[in-house]
Amino acid sequence: MKAYFSELFTGGWSLIVGLKVTLKALFSPTVTTHYPRQKIEVTPNYRGHIDLVKDGETGSHKCITCGSCMRECPSDCIVVDGEKREGVKGKVLTKFTLDFTKCSLCGACVEVCPTDALDYSNEYELAGFKREDFHYDILKRLEERE
Amino acid sequence: METVTNLVPVLVRLVAFLIGAIVVVFGNALVMGYMERKLAGHFQRRPGPMEVGFHGILQLLVDGFKLMGKQLVVPAQADKRLFILAPMLSFVPVFLPLLVIPFSDKIQAFDLDIGLLFILAVASINVLAILVGGWGSNNKYSLFGAFRSVAQNVAYEIPMLIALLAIVFMTNSFSLKEVVAAQSGGAWFIFFQPLAFLIYLICMVAETNRAPFDLPEAESELTAGFHTEYSGMSFSLFMMAEYTNMFIVCCIATVFFLGGTSGIPLPYFEYTGIIWFLAKVYFLMFFLVWIRWTYPRTRFDQLMNFCWKYLIPFSLVNLLLTVVIVKLI
Repeated sequence: MKAYFSELFTGGWSLIVGLKVTLKALFSPTVTTHYPRQKIEVTPNYRGHIDLVKDGETGSHKCITCGSCMRECPSDCIVVDGEKREGVKGKVLTKFTLDFTKCSLCGACVEVCPTDALDYSNEYELAGFKREDFHYDILKRLEERE
Repeated sequence: METVTNLVPVLVRLVAFLIGAIVVVFGNALVMGYMERKLAGHFQRRPGPMEVGFHGILQLLVDGFKLMGKQLVVPAQADKRLFILAPMLSFVPVFLPLLVIPFSDKIQAFDLDIGLLFILAVASINVLAILVGGWGSNNKYSLFGAFRSVAQNVAYEIPMLIALLAIVFMTNSFSLKEVVAAQSGGAWFIFFQPLAFLIYLICMVAETNRAPFDLPEAESELTAGFHTEYSGMSFSLFMMAEYTNMFIVCCIATVFFLGGTSGIPLPYFEYTGIIWFLAKVYFLMFFLVWIRWTYPRTRFDQLMNFCWKYLIPFSLVNLLLTVVIVKLI
């Protein structure tokens, strides 16, 4: 009989404490971000699709058009092309495309690159209306970056 | 000739009631649906609906249109007639209790002598609708949900009735209007019958199948309980019936414990009393949402134990004390 009543009172008290906790939460400011209007900083460790690294000294990429990434890619989604030019040592990169519809984000291209010319981007807004929206021209993206 | 002239005011009253009831049912579903989602958000420190209209105020309207446009899917092995009938059976009776609720002195369709009994009798039809819907769906989750709902509603109706009976003994009347009149001047029955109010409050949550007693639709166990197979408009009929049932039980609580329309007098109080009435009803609704986002769901044996071991004995003791005190005074 004693347990019957003590259970009732301790239980009832815990219910009141619970109500107090939620009421406090009700009047606290919200902690979420209204995504399309507000955005949070993306961590630099985020592994988006690949991008060419901008070289601080030359202001351009470091790619030597060796094609290792193209060969290493398990999904065959990278196409690299270059040409010989007068007065320039080695090949000049003319094309670097990524078919992101097939990319599995394994990172083998970044690992294998001999000049560390590739890195993961911070791009996360990846919605599109057609397949071609995901055929990225990586070289053009580099030029478009400031 | 005389009977015809007597009939006209009754008919006018009936039409006015029907329009009013439709406004209350749909308006309450819109307001309550929005309030519930918005409060649910803020209880979890997120903003809730934000996109449609200012702070998502049109969200429920848009959802309603979406549900109207959806296909009514009837499961292949379901009992088709019962399956179609259940939402209507659930939705139609919710209009009837609104007949006798005194929103203010002059805003009441009919003042029945047996108002309370009428409400409780009609409100029980909802249990049948849930059972029919659960059975007709031919789905194990639906059937389990329906069984639980029946067991729960039958168990919790007893303490609810006994708690309200204590008030009836004090007022000597089943008429809701007279119960309100007995509380005029701030002598609300919540001050004389706090235990009955508490018991009624708990039973009211259980009767409307809401958290923490939402076992009939426990989503983690039964996907959606009795309305697992329902889609589109039949689903929204169940939803509107649930919200209207919440409104009705809160109205009863307001009438029996919170003094109905009694409050600071406003001009034209015979009509404007509805402001106080609705303020109290929606405060109770807020309390229901508050409870929902505070407590986890009870287990079925806990639910039944709580009813039979605590609520019924306490309500009986409360009734006995009330009877003795009323007799002595």
